[in-house]
Amino acid sequence: MSLRISEHTACRAIEPSLRNIPKGLRCPAQGFLPWVSTATTIPNPEGVAYLRSNSSQVRFPTSQTNMTVAQQPPIELGQTIRNDFPILSVIARGKPLVYLDNAATSQKPLAVIEALDEYWTEANANVHRGVHFLSERATERFETARETVRRFVNAGDTNEIIFTKGCTEGINLVSTGLQRHSAGLSARSTKGNADPNSPLPKINPGDVILVSAMEHHSNLVPWQMLAQQTGAIVKPIPITEVGEIDLEAYAQLLRDNRVKVVAIVHISNSIGTINPVKQILAMAHKAGAITLVDGAQAGPHWLVDVQDLDADFYTLSCHKIYAPTGIGVLYGKRHLLEALPAYQGGGSMVRTVSFQETSYAEIPAKFEPGTPNIAGVVGLGAAIEYLESLSEALPFVRMVRAGEGEGVGDAGSGSRQKLQNTMHAIHQHELLLANRATQLLSEIPGVNLIGTAAEKAGIVSFTINGVHPHDIGSILDGEGIAIRAGHHCCMPLMTRYSIPATARASFALYNTLEEADALAAGVRKVKEMFT
Amino acid sequence: MDLRELYQEVILDHNKRPRNKGKVINANRHAEGYNPLCGDMVALTVKTEGDKVTDIAFDGQGCAISTASASMMTEAVKGKTVEEAEEMFKAFQKMVTSQGVEPECEDQLGEEIMSLAGVREHPVRIKCATLAWHALHAALQGEEKVTTE
Repeated sequence: MSLRISEHTACRAIEPSLRNIPKGLRCPAQGFLPWVSTATTIPNPEGVAYLRSNSSQVRFPTSQTNMTVAQQPPIELGQTIRNDFPILSVIARGKPLVYLDNAATSQKPLAVIEALDEYWTEANANVHRGVHFLSERATERFETARETVRRFVNAGDTNEIIFTKGCTEGINLVSTGLQRHSAGLSARSTKGNADPNSPLPKINPGDVILVSAMEHHSNLVPWQMLAQQTGAIVKPIPITEVGEIDLEAYAQLLRDNRVKVVAIVHISNSIGTINPVKQILAMAHKAGAITLVDGAQAGPHWLVDVQDLDADFYTLSCHKIYAPTGIGVLYGKRHLLEALPAYQGGGSMVRTVSFQETSYAEIPAKFEPGTPNIAGVVGLGAAIEYLESLSEALPFVRMVRAGEGEGVGDAGSGSRQKLQNTMHAIHQHELLLANRATQLLSEIPGVNLIGTAAEKAGIVSFTINGVHPHDIGSILDGEGIAIRAGHHCCMPLMTRYSIPATARASFALYNTLEEADALAAGVRKVKEMFT
Repeated sequence: MDLRELYQEVILDHNKRPRNKGKVINANRHAEGYNPLCGDMVALTVKTEGDKVTDIAFDGQGCAISTASASMMTEAVKGKTVEEAEEMFKAFQKMVTSQGVEPECEDQLGEEIMSLAGVREHPVRIKCATLAWHALHAALQGEEKVTTE
């Protein structure tokens, strides 16, 4: 996919003097990156902050949240790949755009834009039903993307990947299915009763649905609606002052044996906490609850492994993963998706239809009625392939190449390895920027950082004494800096901290240290104006 | 872009030292205004005697624009008749949404309130400026809750 882009990127990454190659010109080494394997142009790669391991088994280190500015990598990821995102050269309010609203949505690489363009100009047709050339082509691309997503989240089975219109719809699909199941409806047809041996819990009056105190409304309201329909109770798992799940209180909540569902956010969109989801899910399963993880913020910034987490359901917001808006992913364990009643009825989700009864198709079709967002799915596939291709461009590729393929399970291990490298680099890079911003902001009197968990993603939420976050947002906007101001769809969390709103800067792979500095300079300007 | 157009000194001053902040003890009209988008809230208490607004105060939380607008509004309508206050509400709405209406609006609203005209250039902030005025309208109409949605 868009090899030209990755080559271009790779060249700029490896040889800084080539960074100014105009777009469209091919790099001197087409399809081959000789610099990658020579030490001469990558002096002392071990000194690069990203290069913490040369093992193919590299996992995200959890102890590097305190990386200091002194450990900046010599080749910064953001500078390296910035040109792959055309929108970043926009002039906003007369200033170069500093886009720090990535938790709201991410910008799109040229690879995705070109894939969409190519889809519309060369492959558009409806999927799964045409017998003609274009329909086959569209279907092939659509289903290839499903396999790409399976790799992305490391699901065991491609059919466990359901395309939705967003993360929110994925959660509603599950909560609605559970409601129908609890009402005794069949998961297989429009007639008949729920399977008495279903692996899904029946939710009864007085049962408990646990969510955390830091949930986005999208992982709270659907459960409240389920509770309303079943008589269950939604309870929040408390968080500590720094913004971490109170695991002791959680264990206590699980003890009442009425907990049927635990729905938890992987990475908080408001305060950036990375929750110990694996542990949380294990505790839930031990208590007999089923689990859903809201991975809206994790997908773009963290290597998701649904099998390692042992998540029953996991949702993604794909426009945050550099893909178009209007596309989401629901992963579910095969036997649970099969046991879950259908969400919406319509074409494509059926096996046989009569006026008496309709039986449903197998997964994933059962949950994908109507014509799907084909272009969105193709764009998503391109976005993930772009991330994989970045692995080639990143300096550390030399380090992991040595162990490529070792100890990794299936045939897609090469791609999985590339993703692992990229996501690791992205996380470290974003952390570096967030830590720089945190450090600079904490030096400004009157600035309060909200959410200081030990394990954080590249999200910096803050308030300024005497200045409303909206005013912070407007004044930064005047400097060309885009942040989010508000409650971030987390009103209960704002209540937890007794604040109406925060200002939030959220970093992505293409941001730079200069942009973190610009944020701090902007905040100083806000202070000046209001004092 | 010069944000000074949006955040003029007079606005920053009203934000820092809001006038008529609090509650009118013997109020006979009240309304709460919400901006669900940003969570801003203004609680108005109003005392009318005959057709006159004899006292008015606001409470709540909001950004500099909404606080300054509420503060200026309370100063402007105190002592006015209900009808005059409603006319000012209409003039304010016109002022923050239309270009070239300054002369007639300034006659009705006064120079200070005209300093909020800068929100025209910032569409998402218009609701911040109009929140208190919507609450005033609701209070005078006998509605107790209003949102900017």
